[in-house]
Amino acid sequence: MEFKEKLISSYLAFEDGLDLTDTVHETRARALRVFEDKGFPTKKDELWKYTSLEALIREDYSLFPKSEVNIELKDVKKYFLYDTDTYKVIFIDGVYSPFLSNTTHDGLDVCLMSAALSKPKYRSLINTYFNKIAPSDESLTALNTSYAKEGAFVYIPKKTVAEKPIEIIHFSSGDQDSLWLQPRNLIVIDKNSQVQIIERHQSLKEHAVVTNSVTEIYVHEEAFVDYYKLQNDLTTASLIDNTFIQQEKNSHASVHTFSLGGKLIRNNLRYLHKGKHILSTLKGLTILQGKQHVDHSTMVHHSQPNCESHQDYKGIFSERSEGVFNGQILVDKIAQKTNAFQQNNNVLLDEKATVNSKPQLEIFADDVKCSHGCTIGQMDEEALFYLRTRGIPRKEARALMTYAFANNVLESVQLPSLKKRINGQIAKKLGVNLGFEL
Amino acid sequence: MAYTEEELKKELETKEYEYGFYTDIESDTFPVGLNEDIIRKISHKKGEPDWMTEWRLDAYSYWSKMEEPEWANVQYKKPDLQAISYYSAPKQKPKYKNLDEVDPELLDTFNKLGISIEEQKKLSGVAVDIVVDSVSVATTFRETLAEKGIIFCSISEAIKDHPELVKKYIGTVIPPKDNYYAALNSAVFTDGSFCYIPKGVKCPMELSTYFRINQAGTGQFERTLVIADESSYVSYLEGCTAPSRDENQLHAAVVELIAMDDAEIKYSTVQNWYPGDKKGKGGVYNFVTKRGLCNTRSKISWTQVETGSAVTWKYPSCILKGDYSIGEFYSIAVTNNFQQADTGTKMIHLGNNTRSTIISKGISAGKSQNSYRGLVKVGPRAKNARNFSQCDSLLMGNNCGAHTFPYIEAKSNTAHVEHEATTSKIGEDQIFYCNQRGIDTEKAIALIVNGFSKEVLNKLPMEFAVEAQKLLEISLEGSVG
Repeated sequence: MEFKEKLISSYLAFEDGLDLTDTVHETRARALRVFEDKGFPTKKDELWKYTSLEALIREDYSLFPKSEVNIELKDVKKYFLYDTDTYKVIFIDGVYSPFLSNTTHDGLDVCLMSAALSKPKYRSLINTYFNKIAPSDESLTALNTSYAKEGAFVYIPKKTVAEKPIEIIHFSSGDQDSLWLQPRNLIVIDKNSQVQIIERHQSLKEHAVVTNSVTEIYVHEEAFVDYYKLQNDLTTASLIDNTFIQQEKNSHASVHTFSLGGKLIRNNLRYLHKGKHILSTLKGLTILQGKQHVDHSTMVHHSQPNCESHQDYKGIFSERSEGVFNGQILVDKIAQKTNAFQQNNNVLLDEKATVNSKPQLEIFADDVKCSHGCTIGQMDEEALFYLRTRGIPRKEARALMTYAFANNVLESVQLPSLKKRINGQIAKKLGVNLGFEL
Repeated sequence: MAYTEEELKKELETKEYEYGFYTDIESDTFPVGLNEDIIRKISHKKGEPDWMTEWRLDAYSYWSKMEEPEWANVQYKKPDLQAISYYSAPKQKPKYKNLDEVDPELLDTFNKLGISIEEQKKLSGVAVDIVVDSVSVATTFRETLAEKGIIFCSISEAIKDHPELVKKYIGTVIPPKDNYYAALNSAVFTDGSFCYIPKGVKCPMELSTYFRINQAGTGQFERTLVIADESSYVSYLEGCTAPSRDENQLHAAVVELIAMDDAEIKYSTVQNWYPGDKKGKGGVYNFVTKRGLCNTRSKISWTQVETGSAVTWKYPSCILKGDYSIGEFYSIAVTNNFQQADTGTKMIHLGNNTRSTIISKGISAGKSQNSYRGLVKVGPRAKNARNFSQCDSLLMGNNCGAHTFPYIEAKSNTAHVEHEATTSKIGEDQIFYCNQRGIDTEKAIALIVNGFSKEVLNKLPMEFAVEAQKLLEISLEGSVG
């Protein structure tokens, strides 16, 4: 049986134990029909021209983890950014782990999607926000919606600054083979509020796991969200990340994506503007080797005047790795005085590495400043030589230049310990110890 | 008098097409529709050898299995290809020894176009092949060229007189099954130009083709084949006009360029098909496939000034097959009123040490849509490939759109690819700066638009640069001056 059929036929089993009269369930059923109709995207879809899911979906995956798996804190501690000073929402094989998590309802809500979906207290929030900006006609998002049940739910009320960052971590234990996970996150930041969130998907053993995740983020007036995606999984794990952000006036949403590991990663990142004077920041750092494949597909839809967006994606590719960047800026007729910038720089280190880049501008307004730039090149041999004449060995010189290349993305990271970690990761990848922090 | 952008916009919108006359020349036109019989008839009418007829029929059978592509960023009513007449020729037999024999009305047409053959013959020394309704009517300077061994004639003559060359090269760069309109063209093309430059010859003058659609309800399907043999050089110009008509006319041409080792081809186009009136009615659909093949150390340079056509859909491309080959693309696309253009280039790097440059300037005004779509591809075995692309768009008024869709694919770690694009309007501060220096707003806009297009205009051959300037003036009158 093809995996698509399995997904459709397993839906009955999934429905078991759910409230079928619920409006959310109607949304699920509708989404399943969309997925049934559209199926998985193929290379014939313009947005999937350079990334094929074919090899992934040829395999079979189990949709429902068999039993709850307990993992010890000491085994996973190293994946936490901070030991104590964060709110944590932790899932193991798609199931919430109360033991590892640290949720709250004190002043702000950091809890579970399943709780938010079932408790009457959250009814109005769910009705207002659930599945409102995730496109209903996109097949993978629809697939996630149809199985949407668990994930993180974050609600920051008006005039609240979340004192601690929130970590959302999805572990896959590897206790059973081939897992297909579909977490669904909903994040609402109300007026004048602020929050920092770190999202991570991590498998603990080498086993096939595919995560098709959907996150909806609503940023209200004057609010600020600082979102970090850490993708440093084992080479058996694949991730399809769909993130949709809606911003209102004077808000700022910033997303940093660090793609350092994994087998196949696809990041769909969409921004929608609902007011004036919005600032959107999209930054990405990709360092790949082996046969890894990372595809960044971004879309910033400027539909209001006086907004600004900055995209900056850097990629370093070695061995047989493949990088894709597909960035879209859409400026509506009404969106005058838009400033939209898009930058994609790539370095190819080995003969078999590939980069496919497609930075696009679609502009319907005249009083705008929009630009994009894209480069593909190598490390500057002259600069390397210069460093070596100063007594810096080749390897370290290369590392220094890599840091310099990545710095545009790293410098805007607001969490010092995250910055330190990523620096450490880069150093590890390059096999050097520079003996100082950048 | 202060000249504002508002006024400029108004002028742009009301500017009418200057070449929109129709010349009443008696034509020999086939019944409308397309089937194998029509193709046989075209082939027969042109006295073609059997292999050519077969080649056309093969192309037709590919075409009949293909579907019209829809991926371009343009919207139009698909032409009914069965409602077009595939053969329309000026009735008098189109072979003239000298200009006196040419139908005076036709000559008049050329004069209106501003391409007085005589004048050109005397002054600019450009050899012209003139194609009206897809039949070549006059080729000037043929004898002068023949002395050097250069063959410059219509393609139907070439099929008769030089079948070995045509048979060897036609369809090698753009195979009949390449795409929908190339297949259609391969099946039904009625004429076009053929040019062969022998080894080591530098063509002493610019070669030029002028295309004009005259008859109503016809499509123009011409085919150009330029072969530059080893170490030769040729500069080739192409110009197009059509009369104003209410219905849309189809132009689906194929241009193939072959540059052998160390050869250089410079191909310049000034495209000024009828763009439709200011309400967007009528105009030519310009669906053209152009591609050049570069062998070792050769160079192909495309320069285009696109001001006409209701819908333009073309991507002059270079296949950089040989080591050290060079591809260049310089383009200005101006769209006004309801025009739509989806144009750009493909640079396919296959050989080592290949280089390509893309400079594309888009100017959109009125309610037009202007898109750049390009591909830069570096194959896994292409060492040290180098590309630089720059796409700039200028928006005039708030009802138009400018779009950029670059595709960049690099499979080699020695590749060096740069792409940059900007979109903006004429900056108020730029105009202010000019005003401050005593330059009035009209002149300032002219200066800025001129400067914006300069990089491309500079690449045009002398004779054409003047004409291109004139065209920019027509398309954006008031801004250039």
